[in-house]
Amino acid sequence: MEPALIFDLILLLTLISLAWLLLASTDLFRAVVLFIAFGLLLALAWVRLGAPDVALAEAAIGAGISGALLLIGLGQLGSSERDRCPVRPLTFLQHLSAPVLIGVIIPSVTVILLLELRQLQVVTSGQQGLVQNLLSISGSDHPVTAVLLNFRAWDTLLEKGVLLLALITIWSLDQARPRFENTDIPPLLSGFGQLLLPLLILFAGVLLWQGGYVPGGAFQAGALLTAAMLLATLSGYALPSRWTGVALRLVLVAGFLVFLAVAAITLLLRGEPLHYPQRLAGGLILLIEIVATLSVAAILSAALAGGHPVTNLPPAATPTTKIEDKS
Amino acid sequence: MTGLYIGLALILLLTIAVGLVRVLRGPTATDRMLAAQLFGTTAVAILLLLGQAGNSTAIWDVALIFALLAAVAAVTFVRRRNIDTDSHQEGNRGHH
Amino acid sequence: MGIIDLISASLLLCSLPFFLAGTLGLLRFPDLYCRLHALTKADNLGLGLVVLALMIQADSFQVVIRLLLTWLLVLVAGATVAHLIAHQAQQDGHQPWRR
Repeated sequence: MEPALIFDLILLLTLISLAWLLLASTDLFRAVVLFIAFGLLLALAWVRLGAPDVALAEAAIGAGISGALLLIGLGQLGSSERDRCPVRPLTFLQHLSAPVLIGVIIPSVTVILLLELRQLQVVTSGQQGLVQNLLSISGSDHPVTAVLLNFRAWDTLLEKGVLLLALITIWSLDQARPRFENTDIPPLLSGFGQLLLPLLILFAGVLLWQGGYVPGGAFQAGALLTAAMLLATLSGYALPSRWTGVALRLVLVAGFLVFLAVAAITLLLRGEPLHYPQRLAGGLILLIEIVATLSVAAILSAALAGGHPVTNLPPAATPTTKIEDKS
Repeated sequence: MTGLYIGLALILLLTIAVGLVRVLRGPTATDRMLAAQLFGTTAVAILLLLGQAGNSTAIWDVALIFALLAAVAAVTFVRRRNIDTDSHQEGNRGHH
Repeated sequence: MGIIDLISASLLLCSLPFFLAGTLGLLRFPDLYCRLHALTKADNLGLGLVVLALMIQADSFQVVIRLLLTWLLVLVAGATVAHLIAHQAQQDGHQPWRR
């Protein structure tokens, strides 16, 4: 057997057993670490599938952000709530929701999808040729960017909306709580922060810019900026809490709004949303990508904070200080 | 040479698969985190080898991202509070 | 197979024991501090030798710098994490293993 084939087989087997192990794990911390390992291997799988764009996103999100997000989330559960869920009496409709979901909705969706599957045309060659032919008028030299921000820009616009909805959900659940002590930061860690922060910001810029011609783009760059924000917080360089007001909200929605504005203007002027004039396509894509990078970074960072910001607190209780009860 | 790159990547992948035993066994949360740290380094090596074998610089970008973010999860782990899954820890450290 | 390929291949083969030792140490060493020690072998020498092997194959200076940067980043991250984890473990009262 080819070594490459054996590599793929072992990767596949490890991924599947990892998925099972982490879902079946009763120890939540163990599940989190298994999930981090799963993210690493998933990035390898995307590389093997010849999709470096997805691998880049998975590396930035899976290796960096989601591990930290889960670790912080686990900390928020607290030792008493982690082991038992609060039991509340359910209403009649809530009782009904699970059987309806399992018994009716999931089977019907499955049947619909299976019926659709039979009518699906099998295109063995993919759309590669079509995309390559149109690449010159797309405003980007990289096929994936051309698809994401021009040919299928509608999907990407809605994706930005989904990200925003996720944050609104997080904000409606809880308020941001202090996660880390801001005292007693090891000197090594603040030195590490000083070394790595500029590099992370630099490479976010590199990824954003190179998205125009090789794998890269707004989402990957935004994830790197989020890692920079997280590392800044961890090594004691937290942003002032007064930045959590209107300015933050503007940055959060800017990515979606600019994209939506471009869609609206093209709809009014050309009769079709997101149908860019060929001359302006490159510039518009760059504008959308830059604003989207900042928004993605802000949204993910706000998600890491775990709730809506508390603005009306005295300075002593900003999210970066923590009253610690050392026993 | 390509055979050597892929063969080496394969062995490194196997070390990750075997190393998972440490994540499963623990016993402390720190032990599990250490295993994840080693996986990160090994994954960087695998990606470099795959990139060389496939002659693809995009794969090296993935390796570079892994290297940039290698410390993020572990630093979060060390600096976090209110997690107390270590069986070896005494007392309850900090709460809301 | 040229001389460059030969050196490169032997460097790659030399890197393997360090990765194997890292995993073996992670699995077999008795306590946290020992396992931490095993881990750094893979960071420093294992990855270092792989990077060196690929560096002498590189056809441009840019590629050399990229490889070197990747290794240095892993090295810095590894050293920082090792220090932080050992420090934290000591504060939490983990006693080092004694024979």
